[in-house]
Amino acid sequence: MSEVEAPAAPLVLVVDDVDHGREIFAEYLEFRGFRVATAADGLEALEKAFELRPNVILMDLSLPGIDGWEATRRLKQDERTRDIPVIALTAHALASAHEKAREVGCSAVVTKPCPPKELEQEVRRQLAAIPNTEDKT
Amino acid sequence: MGSKAKLSLVEALLAEQEPRACVVLALRWLSRHAGVERAVCAMVDGENGRLTGATGMGLSLAAVDAFSLDLGDRTHPLIIALDGGEPVAFRDSGQTLPRPFETPLGNAPFHAIPLAGTGNAPGIGLLLVSGGDSPLIEDVQWAADLLANRLAALQYNRAQIDDRRHRRERSWLFSIINAVTDPILLTDADGRIMIANAGAERLLTTEEDQSEGRRRAVALNNMLFSATLFNSGGGAASQELVLVDPSEGQELLFEVLRAPVRLRPGEPGHVSVLRNVTDLRRASEEIEENLRRLRLAEAATRAERDRLDLTLNSVFDPVLVTDPEGKIVRMNPPAERMFTVPPGSGGEEVERRVRINDAVFTSFVSNLYAGQSQLWRGELNLLDPETGAPAPFEAFSGTVLSKQGEQTAAVTILHDLTEALEKAQLYEQVKHHSEELRERVREATAELAEQNELLRRQAFQLEQASAMKSQFLANVSHELRTPLNAIMGYTHLLLEGVSGEVSRAQRDKLARVDANARHLLAVINDLLDIARIESGKMPLQVDRVRLPELIDEVMSEVEPVIAGTQLEVSRALSPDLPEIETDRQKVKQIVLNLLSNALKFTPQGAVAIRLDYDREADEIAVAVSDTGIGIAEENQKTIFEAFEQANSSYARRQGGTGLGLSICRRLAQLLDGRITLVSRLGEGSTFTLFLPRQERGI
Repeated sequence: MSEVEAPAAPLVLVVDDVDHGREIFAEYLEFRGFRVATAADGLEALEKAFELRPNVILMDLSLPGIDGWEATRRLKQDERTRDIPVIALTAHALASAHEKAREVGCSAVVTKPCPPKELEQEVRRQLAAIPNTEDKT
Repeated sequence: MGSKAKLSLVEALLAEQEPRACVVLALRWLSRHAGVERAVCAMVDGENGRLTGATGMGLSLAAVDAFSLDLGDRTHPLIIALDGGEPVAFRDSGQTLPRPFETPLGNAPFHAIPLAGTGNAPGIGLLLVSGGDSPLIEDVQWAADLLANRLAALQYNRAQIDDRRHRRERSWLFSIINAVTDPILLTDADGRIMIANAGAERLLTTEEDQSEGRRRAVALNNMLFSATLFNSGGGAASQELVLVDPSEGQELLFEVLRAPVRLRPGEPGHVSVLRNVTDLRRASEEIEENLRRLRLAEAATRAERDRLDLTLNSVFDPVLVTDPEGKIVRMNPPAERMFTVPPGSGGEEVERRVRINDAVFTSFVSNLYAGQSQLWRGELNLLDPETGAPAPFEAFSGTVLSKQGEQTAAVTILHDLTEALEKAQLYEQVKHHSEELRERVREATAELAEQNELLRRQAFQLEQASAMKSQFLANVSHELRTPLNAIMGYTHLLLEGVSGEVSRAQRDKLARVDANARHLLAVINDLLDIARIESGKMPLQVDRVRLPELIDEVMSEVEPVIAGTQLEVSRALSPDLPEIETDRQKVKQIVLNLLSNALKFTPQGAVAIRLDYDREADEIAVAVSDTGIGIAEENQKTIFEAFEQANSSYARRQGGTGLGLSICRRLAQLLDGRITLVSRLGEGSTFTLFLPRQERGI
C-alpha cells in the first residue's frame, strides 16, 4: 500500500462484523489494486466514512449496535458522505431485506455467499457510475 | 023452542076459540033448531074495505068465496042493511029492491041480519039466511046476536094479542135495524123519511140542542141523500154516496142499496141501505198496498233464495237444509252426490249406500232437534255412493229459529275429513322425520363444533408452527450462508493466487471445494423457496406475458448447456398463442427447470419444447419432451416430492438438488396451473405445464 503513489487508487471501505468476511473481500480487493479500509460495526463504519471519505462502501446489513440499514441512512443524510455509493452485502436471501436496503439508499445489493470476483465487478460498476471519478486500476 | 037447545049453543060457542068454527057451530045450530036451510056469513075486512063471504051452509064453497062487497058502496042494499044494525027481510030481491044485486042464496026470499060489534062499534059482519016457509026469525036473531057477541069478544082478544105481538115485533125489528150499523131508511114517494135506524139518524137527523156545525152537516147530508133518491131513476142499482160524519167531520163513503116498497095501497116508497164502504175502501187500498208489498217481498225472497242457491251451489262442501221432521228440503250439488241416486246410474248398490247415508244423516239431525243447543258438531261416516269407499265427514249443524223461537229448519255443512286425515298422517310422518333430522343435525352440529374447535386450535398451532418454521428457515439460511461465504471466499482467494501460486493438483481440489459449496448454496436457495411458497410468503407479480419471448430467453440461458451436448433440441409454438396473465418470473423458473432436467437426464437423442392453446379450456400447455432415461411407473407419483430423484446416483452426477420438481409443482399451483407427467422407463419423459390464460384470482 505504501508502494502506491498518488494519484491514489480508489478507496473501498469494507464493513462487516464477521472477521473472515471482512478479511476475504479486503484482501482480494487490495490484491486487485484497491485501497481498502475496514470497519467491524456501524459506529466505526460511520467514523471511518466521515474521516476517510472512501470512493465505495461495502456494507454488511446485520451489524451489532447501529445496523447496516441505519448506518446507510445516516451516511445518505450527511452532506460529506451522501454521494458515496453503498453496496449492501448480506446473507439474507429474502426479498424484503433487499428492498429495505434500497429504500435507505443502497445502490446495489449483493447476496452472500458471493465469489470475490463478482464483488469486484460490482465495485467497478459503481465506481464507473460516479461522475469525476476515474477507474485507475 | 026449548031453553035447553039455546044453552047447548051458548056452551058450544064459549068452548070454541076459533071465529070460523064459531060461525060453523052457529050455522049448524040454525039449521037444526031454526029451520034455516041455506046461509052465508060475510065478515067485514077493514083493511081492504070489503065485506067478504067467510062461511056458508048449503052452498058451494066457490059461491061463498065469490061473495064480496065494497064497504064504500053506500047504495048497496046489503051495505045499508049492515049499517042499519037491524035485520032486514028481502022477500023478492029482483022486484022489491031499489037496485038488483046477487047473493049466493039465489032468488029465494032471505033475511039479512047484521052482526053488531060491541057498544057503538060498527058491525063486524052480515048473516044471510033463507029456508022453508018461515024460519023462526026470532031464534035466528038470538043466535046472530049470540054469535056477534062471541065473535066480537074473540076479535077483541085477538086484537089485543095482535097488538101486543105487533108492538113486540116492532121493537124487535127496530132492535134489528138499529143493530145494523149501516144506515137504513124508509122514504115515501116525496122523499120524506118515514123510518130511520140509529145509524141513519146519526147522519140525517138532528135535535135542537146540537151544534150549528152538526146541524149544517145533517142538512147537507139530507140534500145529498135526497139527490140520490131522485137520480136513481127508481131502479134498484147501487149508487155511491159521500156524506159527512156530523160528529167527526170526516167524509164517509157509502154504497146505496135501494129497493122499492109499497107503503099503503097506491103509496110507493123506498128502502135505502147505506153500506159504509169508507173502511172498505181504506181496507181495499190497504190490501192492495199489502199485496204490492207482498209481491215485492216475494220477489226479494225469490232473489234471496236464488242468491242462496247460488251461494250454496258454489260451496265445495255438501250443504243440506232440513225441516223440523228431519226431511231434506234443500241441498247443493256436492250434497246431492252423497244423498241422491243419480238418474240413470242406479244400481242397487248405489241406492243402498244412499239409503245408509240418509239414515246416518237423519240420525245426526234428529239429535240436533232433540237437543237444546242451537249448534251441533259431529262426525259422520258416510259412503261414497259411486265407489262405496268410506267418506268421513265432519258435520256442523245450526238450527234456524223463527221470530217466535221455534225451530223452523236446520242447516248442516259437511266437511270432507279424508284429506284432513291423510294430511294429519302425513304431518305426523313429516314431524317424525323432522324430529329425527333435527336430532341428527344437532349431533352433526355438535360434532362439527367440536371439530371446528379442534381445527381452529390446530390452525392456530399450524400458523404458529409455520411462522416459526419460516423464521427458522430464514435464520438457518442466514447462518448457513455466512460460513459458506467464508468457504467460497477463501477458495476463490486461493484460486486467484492471492496467497501465491497454487499447484495444479491444489487447484483441482480447490475447484472441488468450490463446486460443492455452490451445490450447497443451490440447495439452501431451493429450500428457502419451498419454505416461502408453503408459508404463503412467495410474492406474485402478475403481468401480461408473451410466451414466445419467454421461451427465447429460456433457450438462450440454456444455450451453453445445449452446446455441451449432442442433443437435438427443437421447439414448436402454435400460431394462435395468446398473451397470458401470470407471473413471468415464476413461469420462466418452471420452464427453465423442466428444460434443464430434460437436458440433464437425456444422454442422447432429442429434447422438444412445444406450446399449445386449448381454446375450450382456455389454457396454455407447455410440454417438454425428451428421449431420456425415463421414470419408472412406481416412481412417477413421488417424483414431485422433495429430495426424490428416481436415479439418485445419476442425478447427483448431474448436480440436481432434488428440489426442482417439487418447487415447479408448487409454483404451478401458485399460478392456478398444474404439471403432468407421461413417461416410460428408458424411453423418455414428457412434463407438461398447464396454465390458465387468465389469472383466476388467488
